Amino acid sequence: MANVLVTTDWVAQHTNDASIRIVEVDVDTTAYDQGHVPGAVGWNWTTELCDTLVRDIIPIKKLEELLGRSGVDNKTTIVLYGDNNNWFAAWAFWQLKMYGHQDVRIMDGGRKKWIAESRELTTDKPNTAPKTYKASAPDTSLRAFLAEVQQASAGQKAALVDVRSPAEFTGEILAPPGLPETCQRGGHIPGAKSIPWGKNCNDDGTFKSVDDLKALYAGQGISGDKPIIAYCRIGERSSLTWFVLKHLLGFQNVKNYDGSWTEWGNLVGAAVEKP
Amino acid sequence: MKAEGYTKRRQDVGGWAVEIETYQLGDVYYCTINNVDPGARFARAEGSTREEAEAKALEKAGRYLAQTRRFTTG
Repeated sequence: MANVLVTTDWVAQHTNDASIRIVEVDVDTTAYDQGHVPGAVGWNWTTELCDTLVRDIIPIKKLEELLGRSGVDNKTTIVLYGDNNNWFAAWAFWQLKMYGHQDVRIMDGGRKKWIAESRELTTDKPNTAPKTYKASAPDTSLRAFLAEVQQASAGQKAALVDVRSPAEFTGEILAPPGLPETCQRGGHIPGAKSIPWGKNCNDDGTFKSVDDLKALYAGQGISGDKPIIAYCRIGERSSLTWFVLKHLLGFQNVKNYDGSWTEWGNLVGAAVEKP
Repeated sequence: MKAEGYTKRRQDVGGWAVEIETYQLGDVYYCTINNVDPGARFARAEGSTREEAEAKALEKAGRYLAQTRRFTTG
């Protein structure tokens, strides 16, 4: 297992380790308060992991404050986990790597596996002594912006990986079933390959083996020999695929396009491919 | 405390496949409903019994799914 993944067993043995900060990040922002891994702090992706004024990742000062009050300094090992197969744990992982945090890991299987295994939960919030955190300037080599995606689509110099469901990819639906529609047009970015994020995971929420993952992507012509840009609807599912490609498979040039379909599918004049 | 009675099952709601997860924490039952594809949670509820939590969550799920439109792609 790559050293960016830890098991639920490992986490259970390290809940009192002062060098480690366990952090829960959920799609369902109420889940943490229902009960969480002992010692874990909770981060709210809608308010704490983004710029709440403009659409952007968390600003550097806000990140430093969040980490500092979470008891994290630059040497702390951060272990992330969350619901929905770690969607927003991966989102947090991606941003922490952009800001240069060295030791970030994800609990394989996330909240679902922890609960299914009937492991200890608490509603107590940990008493964290504030620390000082100094982040690096964001590493934009991990992030794709619109212009680069347009170039990739036109020139095929980078592989575009659409990690949404097949029905979103074809334009049959505009958002995951049951969620609000957040785009004007359905379909996908011309040239993109459909490799849904769920293919990365086993039924218990853990990631598939590296061999299985290599085979999955190789079967779609994704082998890491050219740049890769992953996208979804708002960038969290694609951060999970980014994590797989960059950190489990070790591909060098992988970017997350967090503008994703909520940008492309609302853009006047943008080319859209169907099915 | 520990989650007890964790169950997971699939069923059809309004023509969409969903996954229903339910467990008990303390005195409260929690139910969350995900669409099977792509696997996003979109409804949840609590209750004092498993049946109550699931019924509430399923009612919400049905209401939300009724608003999901299908388009032709040809």
